[in-house]
Amino acid sequence: MVEPAHLSLHVPEPAVRPGGEPDFSNVKIAKAGAVPRPPVDAAAEDIRDLAYSIIRVLNRDGEAVGPWAGLLTDDELRTGLRHMMTLRAFDTRMLMAQRQGKTSFYMQHLGEEAVSCAFRKALKKGDMNFPTYRQAGLLIADDYPMVEMMNQIFSNEADPLRGRQLPIMYSSKEHGFFTISGNLATQYVQAVGWAMASAIKNDSRIGAAWIGDGSTAESDFHSALVFASTYRAPVVLNVVNNQWAISTFQGIARGGSGTFAARGLGFGIPALRVDGNDYLAVYAVACWAAERARRNLGPTLVEYVTYRVGAHSTSDDPSAYRPKTESEAWPLGDPVLRLKKHLIIKGAWSEERHVQAEAEIMDEVITAQRKAEENGTLHAGGKPSVRDIFEGVYAEMPPHLRRQRQQAGY
Amino acid sequence: MARMTMIEAVRSAMDVSMERDDDVVVFGEDVGYFGGVFRCTQGLQAKYGKTRCFDTPINESGIVGAAIGMAAYGLKPCVEIQFADYMYPAYDQLTQEAARIRYRSNGDFTCPIVVRMPTGGGIFGGQTHSQSPEALFTHVCGLKVVVPSNPYDAKGLLTAAIADPDPVIFLEPKRLYNGPFDGHHDRPVTPWSNHQLGEVPEGYYTIPIGKADIRREGSAVTVITYGTMVHVALAAAEETGIDAEVIDLRSLMPLDLDAIVKSVAKTGRCVVVHEATLTSGFGGEIVSLVQEHCFYHLEAPVMRVAGWDTPYPHAQEWDYFPGPSRVGRALIDVMEA
Repeated sequence: MVEPAHLSLHVPEPAVRPGGEPDFSNVKIAKAGAVPRPPVDAAAEDIRDLAYSIIRVLNRDGEAVGPWAGLLTDDELRTGLRHMMTLRAFDTRMLMAQRQGKTSFYMQHLGEEAVSCAFRKALKKGDMNFPTYRQAGLLIADDYPMVEMMNQIFSNEADPLRGRQLPIMYSSKEHGFFTISGNLATQYVQAVGWAMASAIKNDSRIGAAWIGDGSTAESDFHSALVFASTYRAPVVLNVVNNQWAISTFQGIARGGSGTFAARGLGFGIPALRVDGNDYLAVYAVACWAAERARRNLGPTLVEYVTYRVGAHSTSDDPSAYRPKTESEAWPLGDPVLRLKKHLIIKGAWSEERHVQAEAEIMDEVITAQRKAEENGTLHAGGKPSVRDIFEGVYAEMPPHLRRQRQQAGY
Repeated sequence: MARMTMIEAVRSAMDVSMERDDDVVVFGEDVGYFGGVFRCTQGLQAKYGKTRCFDTPINESGIVGAAIGMAAYGLKPCVEIQFADYMYPAYDQLTQEAARIRYRSNGDFTCPIVVRMPTGGGIFGGQTHSQSPEALFTHVCGLKVVVPSNPYDAKGLLTAAIADPDPVIFLEPKRLYNGPFDGHHDRPVTPWSNHQLGEVPEGYYTIPIGKADIRREGSAVTVITYGTMVHVALAAAEETGIDAEVIDLRSLMPLDLDAIVKSVAKTGRCVVVHEATLTSGFGGEIVSLVQEHCFYHLEAPVMRVAGWDTPYPHAQEWDYFPGPSRVGRALIDVMEA
């Protein structure tokens, strides 16, 4: 008998660390137009391949090709481009505002603008997103006022959340944007519950759950999938795979699973994987999943393959754990530049119009910022009242909180 | 009026609430077709259909998380965690989510859910069928915490909890499900049908959350307690002959401080009794409030009788459970102090 070898623990590592050459040769990328578009009532087991490929519409030359193309008019595409450019300009200004001490904290969407901006356009008024902290495009694309977002970021006297929440943890029922929590993954199963409620009431509205690659490891990801599967909830389960969870590469959360989309298959949930930097592909896949939900065919899991170009947050320095030039090597490119190129080759856009739009958008963002700053910033100007600390813990203030409010001098 | 056990009273509360409000839904492990492992939801699925009362996967975080999402939609979920001992996987959803949604969204979203959990020991439940985790909820701002001690209160408090606009943790002492229990495990169990508080109206009524009730008026010492220990305290008062005033808190959050202060100001002595473990238990909060608000009325140190600071054992059930002799000893001690 041969003595068994000593056991050893496998700990996955990213292909490259700081100082190394960025390498994405392990990312298998399907050709644009190559992945079929199944009927929305397809069974999960009949479309298994879609969980292991990448649905793409825009090719290298900027042309829209294949069965997922052709859903958006030029006007809609220009609007989409504008939303993404607005989110990017918004990020730029708020990042700067954090560096200037006008707020304590900010998180950018750099490189991921297409995911939330395009997805929002597949939803209808009344549908409800349960977002993470990196889907502000859902608000921008629904024309939520930027001034309100900034009021929240600055925790000023016009802050809709009365200074109680960390910056960027927005809330807007009216715009189908559930209150953001710092706790990762909790919203994923809440979205399923919201969708179950819509089904219980024989409503026509659908839910959308959002999670990042890293947070799929949280147990609420599993809870959400099992509840969505059991009750066939009308919900779109979105996984934004931007390759990084702060400093941890996606292989730590994904483990031996081929893709995050593949996780859906074990629950009998149809799963699609899509080029997250392709506005047209994101929109097409979102429409497919939303239609499934609306037709009471049940949940869909969608993995958006993208790359977190910026730092995790204003408190993070990615050069400590990944090559500085890694984002430039990312094979799916930049969502803004790719849509811009597509519109230009269609003759629906031009370099001149783009430069002009950039200037106009930055002007709008700066104008909004000026208005917001008139209401105060974190350490200067107007701020929420001390009374606001004690309000809203319960619908009605209990006696002990009234006593504490009086102790605080209010 | 009808005679009901606490199980029937709890079931009746859900029944009348579901009848009254189409937005009330009931779900949890085994609560649908089977009617719950304690029979608390028996017949509700047959009466209201599978979309109003249904079984769930065994996933506490999923049960509470889904309820939170439904509440955000506009429903009023009344969900069950099979035993309070199994609420821990849902603790994140309860404390960081349910409790804070109104606050963090400035009322944009709210969370009118009820989470029912059978709690407490005295049933040879061992470590994971006996716990009393109320202090883990009273410490969380944004949650309300209710513990009934009899069928009449159980129904009125549960209907109030379901109608409440905020999340309510509803702890049901399972030792009291079939009858009052005073800690004398060697005597036959008396059913609720022989007890005045087993008289329960069949229709809709509520008992306000945040109001205590005096179960026994007395002048010598105030006993502050809730749940099963209400009955133990009453027995201890009778057996020692000490004229104790027994306050059944019913709601731990919000707490009826006025009732506590009024009584201790009258008696000058106070004993706090609960099944939960002593250290950092809810009793510590009550003692602190009594000290702060009744200091000049106190004639003796405030005492606590509680479960030992150990996991709940199996074989040593009656050496762990704070029965009438331990409570009686504390009453004597506080009178002699």
